[in-house]
Amino acid sequence: MSSLTMTVNGSEVSGDVEDRTLLVEFIREHLRLTGTHVGCDTSQCGACVVHVDGKAVKSCTMLAAQANGCDVTTIEGVANGDLHPMQTAFKENHGLQCGFCTPGMIMSAIDMVNRKGKDLDEATIRSELEGNICRCTGYHNIVKSIQDGASKM
Amino acid sequence: MYNTNYHRAESTDDAIAKLGASDDGKFVSGGQTLIPTMKQRLAAPSDLIDLCHIEAMKGITIDGNQITIGAATCHADVATSKELAAVCPAICDLASHIGDPHVRNMGTIGGSIANNDPAADYPSAMMALNAQIMTNKRTIDTDDFFTGMFDTALEEDEIITAVTFPAPAKAAYSKFPNPASRYAMAGVFVAKLKNGMARVGVTGAGSDGVFRHEGMEEALTSDWSADAIADASVDEGDMLSDLHGDAAYRANLVKVMAKRAVEKAG
Repeated sequence: MSSLTMTVNGSEVSGDVEDRTLLVEFIREHLRLTGTHVGCDTSQCGACVVHVDGKAVKSCTMLAAQANGCDVTTIEGVANGDLHPMQTAFKENHGLQCGFCTPGMIMSAIDMVNRKGKDLDEATIRSELEGNICRCTGYHNIVKSIQDGASKM
Repeated sequence: MYNTNYHRAESTDDAIAKLGASDDGKFVSGGQTLIPTMKQRLAAPSDLIDLCHIEAMKGITIDGNQITIGAATCHADVATSKELAAVCPAICDLASHIGDPHVRNMGTIGGSIANNDPAADYPSAMMALNAQIMTNKRTIDTDDFFTGMFDTALEEDEIITAVTFPAPAKAAYSKFPNPASRYAMAGVFVAKLKNGMARVGVTGAGSDGVFRHEGMEEALTSDWSADAIADASVDEGDMLSDLHGDAAYRANLVKVMAKRAVEKAG
């Protein structure tokens, strides 16, 4: 067992967990923040993407203990009163159908803008989405959403 | 995942001590291979000793012509280093195509090389750049380091601390990713060293993991051009053969990727 303390969405949280606990399990089952999803559980789909110390990571492929002491942001932490501009862009551009992949898509999209700037072309967005899988949309409206959301961030 | 005990190492000595105190411990770096493997219950180490917080193992230093990359440096940092891009853009390009953006934020060069996955990208670059692998005990020439699929010259209690290599005159990496997994079905790193020698590292294709192609090296040393290796022979008997591509297909891919890499290097 490990006693963990980390900052999640700006608040300090702590918990005693088995060392094998994945970060996504800690977030969903201990903190009850269920916006972060588990899609494939094999490190491929990106539904579980969160930011750890400002970097996008797959929370199903990291132990909670590895994130001990870190600053974690989940989908619940991106809005500030109103929706985050990237969330609004997904809503306005029909960037989701079932919505299961959307939290990871949005966390990846925000990270993409943080790294690559607001002026993102389609080829860059598609290439940067390599680690996020969507079964519904064929990606077309996701790409449009990211392009729109990026310009408004 | 079976239960395990997680420890954070503060230094290589601390890591070795923690490994020694464990029943069946393993070092973990970015964990982008080991954690999924543990989730599948294909690995069940009693203890995990995390190397990612050892400050001395992080970062990129360039001293004249010599490049040194700390083992705990993540792929994203290699991909985006302006200093590195100025002297060896090929390794930045290689790092920018490993896995996906999230994996690149966690996975490290030391972890990749120590694991020596037959489809990993970095081992081909280490081979072609004639790198030396630095550990807590010694310095190992790359030609002695990779000893077969998932196998290296590392001892149980030995940790890669950094890799070091001279900036090449020219270099490039070209890979053909599996359309589904995106792992290399063939990846070729070509380098023309400043002493004039050409070296060619091949990943993803060999049945015994990463290898150098000496025929192409000789041809490229005398004539650095894609045409020079047009007639190179790649032995099908040395190739992986699986549902993704048979040996003949992979042998041809190696040649095509090598030619593309030489053209890319200019």
